[in-house]
Amino acid sequence: MVFRLLRARWRHGSQAVPDPTTAMPDPMFRGFPDIAKEGAPSAEMIAACPGAALTVNPVAIDLGKCHLCGSCARAANSPIRLTNRHHLGQTRRDALIVTAGTSFEEYHARAEKGRDEIRRLFGRSLKLRSVSAAGCNACEMELNATTNANFDMLRYGIDIVASPRHADAVIVTGPVSANMADALEDTWNATPAPKLLVLMGACAISGGLFAASPALDRRFFKDHAPDIYIPGCPPHPLTVVNAILHYLGRENGR
Amino acid sequence: MPPMDRLLLKNRAAIPFDDLPKISYQALGDIAVGCLCAALRPVALFGVPEERHAESVRIVALFADDAQGTLAVTSVSAQRGATVPSLTPSIPAFHLFERQLWEEFGIVPEGHPWLKPVRYPHDGHPPRRIEEGYRYFAMKGEESHEVAVGPVHAGVIEPGHFRFLCDGERVNHLEIQLGYQHRGVERLFREGPLAAKSTLAESVSGDAAVAHATAYAGLVEALGDTVIPRRASVIRAIGLELERAGIHLGDLSALCNDIGYLPGTQLFAVMRTDIINTSLVLCGSRFGRGLLTPGGVNYDIDEKKKERIIATVRRIRDNAGLLAASIFDNQSVLARFEKTGSVDTATARAVGLVGPAGRASGLTCDIRLTHPTDAYADHPFMKTILQNGEGKAAVSGDVYARAFVRHQEIQDSLRYILELLERLDAARDGIIAPVAPPRPDMIAFSLTEGWRGETLHAAVTGGDGGTRRYYIKDASFHNWFGLALAVRDNGVSDFPLCNKSFNLSYCGFDL
Repeated sequence: MVFRLLRARWRHGSQAVPDPTTAMPDPMFRGFPDIAKEGAPSAEMIAACPGAALTVNPVAIDLGKCHLCGSCARAANSPIRLTNRHHLGQTRRDALIVTAGTSFEEYHARAEKGRDEIRRLFGRSLKLRSVSAAGCNACEMELNATTNANFDMLRYGIDIVASPRHADAVIVTGPVSANMADALEDTWNATPAPKLLVLMGACAISGGLFAASPALDRRFFKDHAPDIYIPGCPPHPLTVVNAILHYLGRENGR
Repeated sequence: MPPMDRLLLKNRAAIPFDDLPKISYQALGDIAVGCLCAALRPVALFGVPEERHAESVRIVALFADDAQGTLAVTSVSAQRGATVPSLTPSIPAFHLFERQLWEEFGIVPEGHPWLKPVRYPHDGHPPRRIEEGYRYFAMKGEESHEVAVGPVHAGVIEPGHFRFLCDGERVNHLEIQLGYQHRGVERLFREGPLAAKSTLAESVSGDAAVAHATAYAGLVEALGDTVIPRRASVIRAIGLELERAGIHLGDLSALCNDIGYLPGTQLFAVMRTDIINTSLVLCGSRFGRGLLTPGGVNYDIDEKKKERIIATVRRIRDNAGLLAASIFDNQSVLARFEKTGSVDTATARAVGLVGPAGRASGLTCDIRLTHPTDAYADHPFMKTILQNGEGKAAVSGDVYARAFVRHQEIQDSLRYILELLERLDAARDGIIAPVAPPRPDMIAFSLTEGWRGETLHAAVTGGDGGTRRYYIKDASFHNWFGLALAVRDNGVSDFPLCNKSFNLSYCGFDL
């Protein structure tokens, strides 16, 4: 019996991603949008954009609203191409807007690092408390995946903890329903300062598909400014890990 | 002569709304009696506000005849705020549907044993704030105590409130209060053109994105009478089975984690990564997002993709089989899985369990077998009944059975994917067909067997072709109560194990 288990174990070898800071997802992955300077999105492309992320004047995609569904990129004569570049984290809301002609390098250079105190306190150990506030469980599963044997965010001292009392940061997934508004506020208040607020996924950043729903209550974000935005629907685990590492000034993983 | 009190339909049928039979609530009770002898199974009961009379609600009832492969539909007219005789005392599976009718339209089911809110929706009648003034079921006794968990849980999990009524370590009852995830999904389906809601459908429950997208796309196609290419239907089924295998692998990993069996935890988890990365190769998303669109699929499978999918699927099929074999005859694993969280067949039928949870309790429900459409109709999905070490199929209704059924389904899904890939070469009719707009004044039903079980999307179109009512029922709507029954008489510390063996959706329930 134990030999069968050992055989099952042996067959797997090592599945850990050797270096999450340099690993790339498959070329099929839909990541950073490359928008050509020539040509404009058609009215059909605008209408088909589920998160109303695509605009004409100026020609731009707001990654805070974009679900990376690819519908604009698949349209005929589209000026938009979705690359598999996945280091999409930002520290300012307006930095998430990608205008025509913006290169990935220009976009990535906008992402700031945390202030010295934060990097000194949390640079080697950051504990996250997750609050799912009407998330569809895709972001939640990808956040869980950051700690699995493949991505293993724990190697950098970043972990997810069970209580806000143990946490240095609150990571929010989902558009925040009215029914979860109080619980989110309570969790934030129960987390000791200094603390970070991280938003994961288009829903958390902007309300996403649900932005116009009367069932949401996003007043929490009026009082509390996010520190890290992680766009995607859901963001890839590598996007999450790298956004946090970059903020901590550890973009090379060291 | 067919009975006049109901219409018999096939899965993914659309009929004029005015053709719905209109019967009395008592007559509906007579039809529902068929559920007692297992001839019919309750699928849905939901209200549609009448177009011209704001105070009138048409209650649509949908039953499945699994032996005949048909759906029986009928309807009852009621006024908002009216009192009707409850069906729940004789057929408990209706308990949540009647609570929902009460919460949405104020229709009071007289004789309902426990009338309380379902999900505290933003547009309820009257509106209620979540849990405000609600008194949980209470129990008194010297050793009795309550354990309250949630809405924010210890792990990375969706929110919900669990109230355990315990006698020492033993759970007498678990009361589950959901609604925290309510974000107005059905309402958003009604706004704008129905054919542009693929991404929304994938977000009903993001872990079952392909299942909900399949049910939604099938519904839009039924309403417009669109026939999709065979190649598209094959690719859809591959996406759906990859989703099923991926989630089941992840859940077996989590079950092993909950009993501290770490080789299972890690190895099943990395196998899940392999399978969902194959979904990424297929369509650019680890969750199968973006694959489906009404009319077909957005991504084709070329020879290179096909080779990659075949290689991964074969490898995982063998490795998962080997690992499962070393788990299901391991005494320390079985000691924790067996006789934990049991739901017997009679109870499972009475509360209307569906999906793997229902099958683990001995029910035969599986839309892929009983109401197949598209690829499942062209190339029948066959089940291999794997035997456990003692030569029995797992129908004991406990955590062991639910885990074993998952293992079986992983093997079946992966085998079916390989069979479908072989048929891909013969189906060269493109991947997308033009979609006709929904016909006005129709009602349509679309059932899909997602990995959690039966997933229903239904819609009623208005005179202008807009959407008058969109109704979604995730398998979790049936199965949450099954979880509450499963933990009775178990130790409270076994709750995570029971919970993971069901792995139900909060957002798919709360909508």
